[in-house]
Amino acid sequence: MSEQVGLRGRVWFQALTGNDQPRTGDPGSVLTADAQERGETALFLCVVPNPDSRFPCVRDGQVGLEEAYALATRIREAIDDDRDKPSAEKRSIIAIIDVKSQAYGRREETAGIFLSAAASADAYASARMAGHPVISLIVGHAFSGGFLTHGYQANRILAFDDAGVTIHAMHKEAAARITRRSVPDLEHLGHHIAPMSYDVRDYAKLGTLYRLLHVNNPIEPTESEIVEVRQAIADAIDDARTGTDDLGDRLNSPAAKETRKAGRTVRTLMEEQWVAV
Amino acid sequence: MSESTFVPAFVRRRSFIELDGRARAQSLVDEGTGKELVGPFDRIESPWLPMQGVAPQADDGCVVIKGRIAANPAVVISLEGAFQGGSIGEVSGAKMTAALDLATRDSSAGIPTAAVLLLETGGVRLQEANLGLAAIAEVIASILSLRRYAPVIAVVAGTVGCFGGMSLAAGVSSYVVMTREARLGLNGPEVIEQESGIEEFDASDRALIWAVHGGEQRVGTGLADALVEDSIDEIASAVRRYVLAGKPALHRSEQVRLYRERIAALDTSKQIDPPTLREQWGLRDSQGGAR
Repeated sequence: MSEQVGLRGRVWFQALTGNDQPRTGDPGSVLTADAQERGETALFLCVVPNPDSRFPCVRDGQVGLEEAYALATRIREAIDDDRDKPSAEKRSIIAIIDVKSQAYGRREETAGIFLSAAASADAYASARMAGHPVISLIVGHAFSGGFLTHGYQANRILAFDDAGVTIHAMHKEAAARITRRSVPDLEHLGHHIAPMSYDVRDYAKLGTLYRLLHVNNPIEPTESEIVEVRQAIADAIDDARTGTDDLGDRLNSPAAKETRKAGRTVRTLMEEQWVAV
Repeated sequence: MSESTFVPAFVRRRSFIELDGRARAQSLVDEGTGKELVGPFDRIESPWLPMQGVAPQADDGCVVIKGRIAANPAVVISLEGAFQGGSIGEVSGAKMTAALDLATRDSSAGIPTAAVLLLETGGVRLQEANLGLAAIAEVIASILSLRRYAPVIAVVAGTVGCFGGMSLAAGVSSYVVMTREARLGLNGPEVIEQESGIEEFDASDRALIWAVHGGEQRVGTGLADALVEDSIDEIASAVRRYVLAGKPALHRSEQVRLYRERIAALDTSKQIDPPTLREQWGLRDSQGGAR
């Protein structure tokens, strides 16, 4: 609990790219680099805390205006560079995710953070629809608007099977307050209602994950663990290249067939009734 | 009283905001063409709400009506703000995604089918938490897919507004129509006050909220396209206009360089003054500055 959000992102960005500096023109909170992944170029992107940000409400690793537009810029550059290449040669886009949340600030709302978040999601999805494999690797926190902005449009999502990994719509204290429950009550509900849980193994039951990966101590990975994670990313890239360019695979996964029965029924009925009118 | 007594439009208008989600959707399609799909009689309810002692609703707060708008194939997807604040759960999210994907299928097969999204929503339904967030990611993906072929028109009429993850759905839409009574933003004032303190955002300051999130300012700064009165006729007319216009050459969420430069030019040493931002970003035309 005491570990600062965002440290893991930098560790893994460095482990996978050999780099930990922002590019010229980008804020200190956005790390992006083209690096070799199995002999192919891949674009890695990560948002990290920047205590010196000129936007006060992003200094702890939240995703704000500058972060979202920097991500969108780098992804769109990759799309443009690879525009004329056949799909099999388009570079993979790999989001490393350890984000606390979106920025909760008045400056951000005034200047339309909703559009910046949309622009980043748009860039990720456009890359996916253009044939780039888009892979997300969740190494720490993936919360709410931060995750929607950075990573949730991926073809394949990998996450560490670790107590420090939390994927959720809202942090516990706020969710408890808004749904008028105590934090222990909320945790108790999570034990038998999978979508409410803060445990990544319960998240895996929803069917949106491609694979859970085990790393003993994600803040200090060993060489062999880094090799294993690289292999998992390579597998995800291969799998994405053989799959569809939309998010349909998520609803058709074995776990989703168990957990998302209602959503799947909606799809079947909607199609039957759509063609009938 | 003579026949020539002037009755202002404001008095004659039929309110859109006063309608429920279903009536709103029906009011936008050409008369006699609307058919509701996966309606309340199909009884697909949230499986997660009863487990938590919350009453579900037979349409899960999402109404899908397929029909025609200005004689063009269209689907209207309306969120019912009166049910769980219009929040997105597994079922309501799946209805949106399924309808958008079918519109994409028809559009890519040569039958351009526009989508109109009536967004009255606080975002993720917290009782369905991670399935709500996953559903919103999928809704965003489906809008982005459809808008390659046909326009996606978001209408935020009020009074719930459009917040949380669903503000990204508005952000990736082709056009955004708002009333003065509508608000659009990622985080609502209460959430910001709670997370960052009252000195960051005083959620009891109504004037501030309208100056930041309100439709007048969103359209005035170019972050939304059309400002309309709370009137069925005005909203339906704006929607028809955008259906006929088709998809824009460049969507707002693709204009990364423009907005990145605008953000870079902001003075962040203090809060951003809404009127000043309006001068900097707005087109300052008499209509309030559509793109």
